[in-house]
Amino acid sequence: MKFTKQTKHDLITCGIVAAFYILVTILSATGHLSNHFRGLLVPLCYYAIAAVSLNLVVGILGDLSLGHAGFMCIGAFSSSLFSVAVKNSGLPSPLRFLIALVIGTLMAALFGFLIGIPVLRLNGDYLAIVTLAFGEIIKNFLSAVYLGYDEAGIHASFKSFQLQGEGKMLINGAMGIQGTPMDSSFTVAVLLLLITLAVVMNIVNSRTGRAIMAIRDNRIAAESVGINVTSYKMLAFTVSAAIAGCAGVLFSHNTTTLTASSTYFGYNVSIMILVYVVLGGIGSIRGSVIAAAVLYVLPEMLRGLSTYRMLIYSIVLIVMMLINWAPGAIAFRERYGIMAFLRRRNENRGKEGQRS
Amino acid sequence: MKKKVICLLSAALLTVASLCGCGGSGGQGSASGGDVFKIGGIGPTTGGAAIYGSDVRDAIQIAVDEVNAAGGINGFKIEYRFEDDEHNAEKAVNAYNTLKDWGMQMLIGTVTSAPCIAVSELTHTDNMFQLTPSGTAVQCVQYDNAFRVCFSDPDQGAASADYIAGNADLGSKPVAIIYDSSTEYSTGIHDSFVAKAGDLGVNIVSDTSFTTDSNTDFSVQLQTSKDAGAELLFLPIYYQEASLILQQANAMGYAPVFFGVDGMDGILGVENFDTSLAEGVYLLTPFSATAEDELTKNFVSKFEEKTGHVPNQFGADAYDAVYAIKAVCEKQDIKPSMSISEICDAMKTGMTSISLDKVLTSPTTISWTAQGEPNKDPRAVIIENGVYVLAK
Amino acid sequence: MLNFLTYLINGLSLGSIYAIIALGYTMVYGIAKMLNFAHGDVIMIGSYLIYTGMITWGMHPVPAILLAVVGCTILGITTEKIAYKPLRGAGSSLAVLITAIGVSYFLQNLSLLIFTANPKSFTSVVGWEGVSLFGGELKIQGVTIVTIIVSLLVLAVLQFFINRTKQGQAMIAVSEDKGAASLMGINVNRTISLTFAIGSGLAAIAGALLCSAYPNLTPYTGAMPGIKAFVAAVLGGIGSIPGAMIGGLLLGVIESLSKRYISTQLSDAIVFSILIIVLLIRPTGLLGKKIQEKV
Repeated sequence: MKFTKQTKHDLITCGIVAAFYILVTILSATGHLSNHFRGLLVPLCYYAIAAVSLNLVVGILGDLSLGHAGFMCIGAFSSSLFSVAVKNSGLPSPLRFLIALVIGTLMAALFGFLIGIPVLRLNGDYLAIVTLAFGEIIKNFLSAVYLGYDEAGIHASFKSFQLQGEGKMLINGAMGIQGTPMDSSFTVAVLLLLITLAVVMNIVNSRTGRAIMAIRDNRIAAESVGINVTSYKMLAFTVSAAIAGCAGVLFSHNTTTLTASSTYFGYNVSIMILVYVVLGGIGSIRGSVIAAAVLYVLPEMLRGLSTYRMLIYSIVLIVMMLINWAPGAIAFRERYGIMAFLRRRNENRGKEGQRS
Repeated sequence: MKKKVICLLSAALLTVASLCGCGGSGGQGSASGGDVFKIGGIGPTTGGAAIYGSDVRDAIQIAVDEVNAAGGINGFKIEYRFEDDEHNAEKAVNAYNTLKDWGMQMLIGTVTSAPCIAVSELTHTDNMFQLTPSGTAVQCVQYDNAFRVCFSDPDQGAASADYIAGNADLGSKPVAIIYDSSTEYSTGIHDSFVAKAGDLGVNIVSDTSFTTDSNTDFSVQLQTSKDAGAELLFLPIYYQEASLILQQANAMGYAPVFFGVDGMDGILGVENFDTSLAEGVYLLTPFSATAEDELTKNFVSKFEEKTGHVPNQFGADAYDAVYAIKAVCEKQDIKPSMSISEICDAMKTGMTSISLDKVLTSPTTISWTAQGEPNKDPRAVIIENGVYVLAK
Repeated sequence: MLNFLTYLINGLSLGSIYAIIALGYTMVYGIAKMLNFAHGDVIMIGSYLIYTGMITWGMHPVPAILLAVVGCTILGITTEKIAYKPLRGAGSSLAVLITAIGVSYFLQNLSLLIFTANPKSFTSVVGWEGVSLFGGELKIQGVTIVTIIVSLLVLAVLQFFINRTKQGQAMIAVSEDKGAASLMGINVNRTISLTFAIGSGLAAIAGALLCSAYPNLTPYTGAMPGIKAFVAAVLGGIGSIPGAMIGGLLLGVIESLSKRYISTQLSDAIVFSILIIVLLIRPTGLLGKKIQEKV
């Protein structure tokens, strides 16, 4: 079987994730893993998934979205709503989580589609601000809504209310959803990350992906060769929203308490995911996964510095950006970096080979 | 390509560093040598809620230093470590795991509600004793291993409604509410207040809210309350926003009676705040920084020396939490050599059987129910000449 | 009617604050083509400088503000030199956006260490109470009037500077085409540094007015007004200086009226919905330039 260069690259990416999984599992089984690190594994996966999903919009489609946390929010709330509602119905937990996952992903996809219709008509920073606006609307709305059921049926309102007789509050305003079963696990999270990678890579390497990238590189030229710009943009945006929703499902099933506050779903979280994407390399799927992992773990590893923790983190972030992106630093690396060194050595060897 | 190599390298480095850094401890968090008590604390020390977490952190430190200086608990010293959670449930879980790796045996925390609920799920699984100084939401203490020092949200809402309805001056006034609809603390109190006020026949004429994202301009909410003819403004919110509301109400010439809950405590400690604006404000608070007893004076002076500002109920609750743990440990003869689970079981029985009389956050005594709620009386105070005066 | 007027004036006073922040935002965006997410935090630093000057050192408001303007200008030039300039010509314009976020975290956490999280109550730099109309029924606060006057003044000065001076013309040239501008003998780097200097100086003035109107100062004071001002700048057409003014005032009025007549709980959602609707009708904001796309 022969692989193209791109396929090989993609397989290596999946291989890195799998190797990480195996390494962690072994270390965990032999008791060499701290509680702290074990607790970081699932969040690491869902932020990696979210970063890959955002990269599909930012890197592949070439539009800046600042509202991806909103899609995570939709995925988290719709799936948790289901899980909490059927918690005591005797449904086996793997099946319950599977259905929750499907619901969360589909709901996020639906919202991605609906929001995509107006949003994708805009360009550049205007598009960015409108996605930010949608993200904030979703968050604001979900933190204000009360939903519950009792003997009289289902009630929904923007003001709190009393339930009559037997019943349950599902969404309790700012208190959000309490008691989501903790169905996420590292194995499930890694599986979902691998599925995400497979989906996104397949899109990128397909005819669809080439069309989407053509739109990114030059919309008018793409249109003029007969590419249906709107439908391809919608496709990429919807798929991206669905994947972000899937990350949200993992998020909400990793802790028992879910609130629609800015801490979890505000624009600053969307921006944090954008940081992962840009630092990992715009358009580089592997970069997104690695950057998400590194940047999520970094502040946790700095805990020993107590009050200086976030200050150091911000400095590291700026320095990493400068090293990775500044034209000066890139030129410097090309001249003196490890890869340049290896390349020069290979070239020299090649020359020697010719001589002999 | 190079970019990715760098990324890969740094990822590998970090992984190795983290594994080496924490791997050794094995992470089961069993007894740690047995000669010191390891008490952990969790709360936000960065981010928008940083003030609450930092106060708790410093107050626990003061109490721990005092206890250690006086010979420790049952002759054993306390080792104390505090971790930041950024007011984020996910980070709180990470902080908890870090402390577990460190060998924590008892937890004072977390400071804010949503993180507290998430962490209580884990302490319940691990059977680790948890005492939150200020997690007010009902679910914070839903498990038998978790207790709190502060009042719960519904209790405060109901107590406020009771007080207002029962007071001859306030009972007949039309009431307006301004609350923060994006935090569980404020909505929790608001919802129970509205329910209870309805039963007691308190006349609520205006009910408006704001969110954390727009918590600077209150002119509309105040104007609405004024237009509705409200003479009493119920503010179940924290003092930062309350101080803005007082200033804006003053600027527009609106002077109702302001009524706050424990979150209002601290308003006099806002640096450079014109305390004359807070004249006549009612609040239900467990703690008064201007109280004249020795205990309060000692705590306030130490706290001011350490942080440069006057403590509020967050710090006071945390201080009491340390002494509550000390009292229970002495009563149950708990030793650091016991396992986490043994300590927790002993603490659970001990908590419900003690009654502390020298505390900051109750005028009389404080004891706990098996549900984890404190038995203490809220006191209503009025601010007069910049100090709290007990209201009738 | 009087009732409606009250809410309208409340909205204008909120909007005037957004407007003056948005002016700095849009200025930097227009020339450097960069969303400066750290702008709100420069405002916060400026406010702390004024606070330190006025309260700790007992200075008069005017020299305190001048001190803050100088301090913020230096801060703006330094961050531009260290964090933004090396990224000029980077592969994507997003790179500099992310460093700006890094700078924003840095400033917040630095002031958290220096000034602690304990909130400080700001003393208004405007001593004037304001005016009462209709026998005290309608009150306009002094700070609102001052803010509106200052923002109009800033608007006029900026317009004059950009359209009538050589440096201003250089800025326009740089914003249109950096390459061509440098061929015409314009020092592009110096022009952009100057833009940051002006933008940051404006941030100090905005900080003085923001904290006079809403006197609560913490390390996170600048973050949310910064984002709201960004929204205002986009609403007015980002890069357009009169647009920032109109966008700011409009945003304030919309926020105030929607709180009053629709819902306080959902006011954020309503404000953002209106932004979306405006952008769908006018995709480049109210006064934004239409860009003709070419292949």
